[in-house]
Amino acid sequence: MPIRKDRRERYVEVEVSGPREPLWVRCEACGELIFRRKLQENQYVCPRCGAYFFLSAQERIASLVDPESFQELPLPPVPEDPLGFVDQTPYRERLARARQETGLREALVAGVARIAGYGVTLAVLDFRFIGGSMGVAVGEALYAAQAHAAQARLPFLFVVSSGGARVQEGVLSLLQMVKVVAGRELLAQHGVPYIAVLTYPSTGGVLASLGSLADVTLAEEGALIGFAGPRVIEQTTGERLPPGFQTARFALEHGQVDQVVPRAKLREELAQVLRVLAERP
Amino acid sequence: MTDEERLKVLEEKAAELRRLAEQDGLDLHAEIAILERKIAELRRQVYADLSPWARVQLARRPDRPSGLPFVQALCEAFYELRGDRVVGDDPALRGGLARLAGMRVALLFHHRGATPEEQRASRFGMASAQGYWKAKRIMEVAARLKLPVVTLLNTPGAYPGVQAEAHNVAGAIAACIWTMLRHPAPTVAVILGEGGSGGAVALAAADRVLMLENATYSVISPEGAASILWKDAKVAPKAAEALKLTARDLHELGLIDEVIPEPPGGAHTDFSATVEAVRQALLRHLAELQALPLDELLRARYNRYGHVGARGPNR
Ligand SMILES: [Zn+2]
Repeated sequence: MPIRKDRRERYVEVEVSGPREPLWVRCEACGELIFRRKLQENQYVCPRCGAYFFLSAQERIASLVDPESFQELPLPPVPEDPLGFVDQTPYRERLARARQETGLREALVAGVARIAGYGVTLAVLDFRFIGGSMGVAVGEALYAAQAHAAQARLPFLFVVSSGGARVQEGVLSLLQMVKVVAGRELLAQHGVPYIAVLTYPSTGGVLASLGSLADVTLAEEGALIGFAGPRVIEQTTGERLPPGFQTARFALEHGQVDQVVPRAKLREELAQVLRVLAERP
Repeated sequence: MTDEERLKVLEEKAAELRRLAEQDGLDLHAEIAILERKIAELRRQVYADLSPWARVQLARRPDRPSGLPFVQALCEAFYELRGDRVVGDDPALRGGLARLAGMRVALLFHHRGATPEEQRASRFGMASAQGYWKAKRIMEVAARLKLPVVTLLNTPGAYPGVQAEAHNVAGAIAACIWTMLRHPAPTVAVILGEGGSGGAVALAAADRVLMLENATYSVISPEGAASILWKDAKVAPKAAEALKLTARDLHELGLIDEVIPEPPGGAHTDFSATVEAVRQALLRHLAELQALPLDELLRARYNRYGHVGARGPNR
């Protein structure tokens, strides 16, 4: 399950006068030069053409939960680099770089929060961290978050942005698919609802496990949803991909999600879902 | 001359002697016996220390014992169940009900095919969404009847295609994992050849996972890893090493339960010996699992997968 690299950079950051955060960014879809603060206010959707840019896990959480309501759950400790994996870059270096670039320890942030007053446990993948890929640390954190949701009887919300399994952890990554499904079984045994939000991209081992097993599944507009990446499909089969293939709309039309929701409406949509799913307000 | 070339020469010589003995009625017993001992010894040398990449090649051989012929040799009786009941049937992932040493079991297996037509139809063992929806359905039959589930894996991976996506292959794999994890009876997975990625783990959330000596189990093909991580498909042998995809490596990591030895020369050199070795291992593990009460079986299964990899090597 390869980590998709194409379209990773959906905008170009333009350095203006040397501040650490560039002031302007260019939309790769339409070429528009956008004032960064304005893009932020628009939740990282291009104000001109509507293209969706990545959200960090923190930005995603801030965009969904009631102000000041988020309390992070600690990531369970796991052994690092279990295979001692070295390709062109040692895996340890890749991890160190991802940590420096994102300020995160791993590709997942989990915690408890309120959405329109409803208590939830949520787990959010961050694509900037090695493609949001799932290795032992992410698998363990997802399991722990689901166990917490089951114990606390709080609906579980999982926001997917992942290229799939983390290649550098080999079969251990593959087995995280089983682990997060074991966590999903805990939710079921405790009668705790599970809502998935599929965003750009939801592919590979994360989609082929926990990502596909929710009680209610929403797709963010601009999402890419599929087991294999479009390039892999073209190269392996020589098939021409139909227009709109693997978009949120495609998933809706093929019966794979319950609703397609624009980013700006996602919080409101979740509130509506929680109104009928949550045991108590 | 490499060991493998020398092996080939010796084998040709032995065949020649046997022909002579038969044609001319010569007594060449002693000579043939000496030659055969030499061949066996050389074979052991050649195959004991195969590189991961060489094992990948063995695992991928089209004549590797697996698929329907394997199942027919393994069981006293096998009745195939077909179709996912929604879209269609998949010739690459097959299954049904079987009698194994007198026991009723459900069987699921990848079928790569022997003839070129069969191989094309089964896309060389790459199952599509229908295959995994069917597998889930057969596991549900087994759950209702409280039958053990045995899976025999040999797939490069799930088929990446437009129809597969339209029929939700990701959802089908997820559903297989969940169904197998909840299964109310023993489950054993045996990787016979390639255990490729999500298409393999879909059928491997089992109480016991066994591998033939030269089988592989990997998150990605060595070629895929080479081109993504090294940006060079030619370093696939190196990637095969780094991925720790051999039975021996995975047993050392505590991720599989047993390595089933193959005949020297590889499983393809002796179909019936391979079937028998797998059968013995299977029956042993099934007997152990069937001795456990269901709640203990499930507890052990959830312990196994609930924290896999989080506490260092599993054993
Ligand atoms: Zn734009």
